[in-house]
Amino acid sequence: MRKRSWILCVAASMVLALAALPTVEKSMAAGPPTVDVKIDNFSFTPATLTVKAGTQITWTNGDDIPHTVVSDAQSFKSKVLDTDEKFTFTASKPGTYSYFCSIHPKMTGKVVVE
Amino acid sequence: MPLQNNRGAILFDHNHDGIDRRGFLKCMAWAGTGALCVVQGGVLKSYSLSDPSHLDKAAKGELSFVQISDSHMGFNKPANPDVVGTLKAAVQKINALTVPPEFILHTGDISHLSKSEEFDTVDQILQSASAKDLFFVPGEHDVLEDDGKQYLERYGKNTKGAGWYSFDKKGVHLIGLVNVMNLKAGGMGSLGAEQLQWLEHDVRDLSKSTPVVVFAHMPLWNIYPEWGWGTDDSAQALSYLKRFGSVTVLNGHIHQTMQKVEGNVTFHTAASTAFPQPHPGAAPSPGPMKVPAEQLRALLGVTDVNYVRKRRALAVIDSTLA
Repeated sequence: MRKRSWILCVAASMVLALAALPTVEKSMAAGPPTVDVKIDNFSFTPATLTVKAGTQITWTNGDDIPHTVVSDAQSFKSKVLDTDEKFTFTASKPGTYSYFCSIHPKMTGKVVVE
Repeated sequence: MPLQNNRGAILFDHNHDGIDRRGFLKCMAWAGTGALCVVQGGVLKSYSLSDPSHLDKAAKGELSFVQISDSHMGFNKPANPDVVGTLKAAVQKINALTVPPEFILHTGDISHLSKSEEFDTVDQILQSASAKDLFFVPGEHDVLEDDGKQYLERYGKNTKGAGWYSFDKKGVHLIGLVNVMNLKAGGMGSLGAEQLQWLEHDVRDLSKSTPVVVFAHMPLWNIYPEWGWGTDDSAQALSYLKRFGSVTVLNGHIHQTMQKVEGNVTFHTAASTAFPQPHPGAAPSPGPMKVPAEQLRALLGVTDVNYVRKRRALAVIDSTLA
């Protein structure tokens, strides 16, 4: 009984180690850091996002109504995002980017790139 | 304040100067209950649709038209998986009216995603309506991606700018305005300087006794700015209409019926034919409201507008699709 538990334990550790390996490789190969912004209930969460230059930001629309992600200065502009559609922007230049939904302009957000 | 409540009728005092704001009056009729409003000699009467004896009297007039709104063709989420069926039900409701309407006004959000097949479907369904003419103004869902180019090609013949225009029917001057273009971050609906200038010019030579009907997609009064339910420069537009004895403003966008009387102006928003939205502030957001299937059609509807020349009256009747 005791011996069997020990073997199981070793086996489990090996499985875990194997499982962990690809993850390590993936994160090394993934390149730029990524951050998600959710669009739910006609708002951007987080509304203000601070990221390092080079971060890839992905907005996902969780509403039953289409939205857009448009920077006030037109630095980035998504197409119309229907439910579950995504928009990705790589924040390469430091600065503050205010953005809004051009269909529902009360929806506003900000990306601060350091 | 309401002056009296007499057998289901609520009377409102209109100020003929159109400036006095002492009677900032509100009359709200949520979708499903339905209301008939008759403006007569500067006094607006509001009746519940539950008292049909009043409705017969108001149904006769020189001009009768129907407003539909927010058909959102292409929407397929749980709040209404059958927007085709409910638009067809709206047309059946229109075709069943005892007095066939002169025309149909669609106050925008014809489509959900500005796709040509969505516009095609609405056009096909509306062809079976009894009304001779159709008039449109765009909603924000009709001008996605292309700044309204397709909308203008389809519906904008003989219009100015982004699709605004006016026309006369049996002594009533009707004005279609566009307040869904060039929206600014943090703002609400917008008419813009060019359109405001056109509007001022359009009404300049009309006699003050001309009944005026203004229709646009987003409300031209601030219903709930937190949700963007209003138009930033609507006060400027309304200032050009102060001298008229009777002004009726028809909007869509908020997917529920609501009315307000302020001075010489009666504001009215129509129900959607597609899906209901929550009352202002009653939900975390103005997104589509999922209701039990058997209640849906009671929250959707059409609006019948009637003008009686002799009585200087304009009546607005909401009816549901239930």
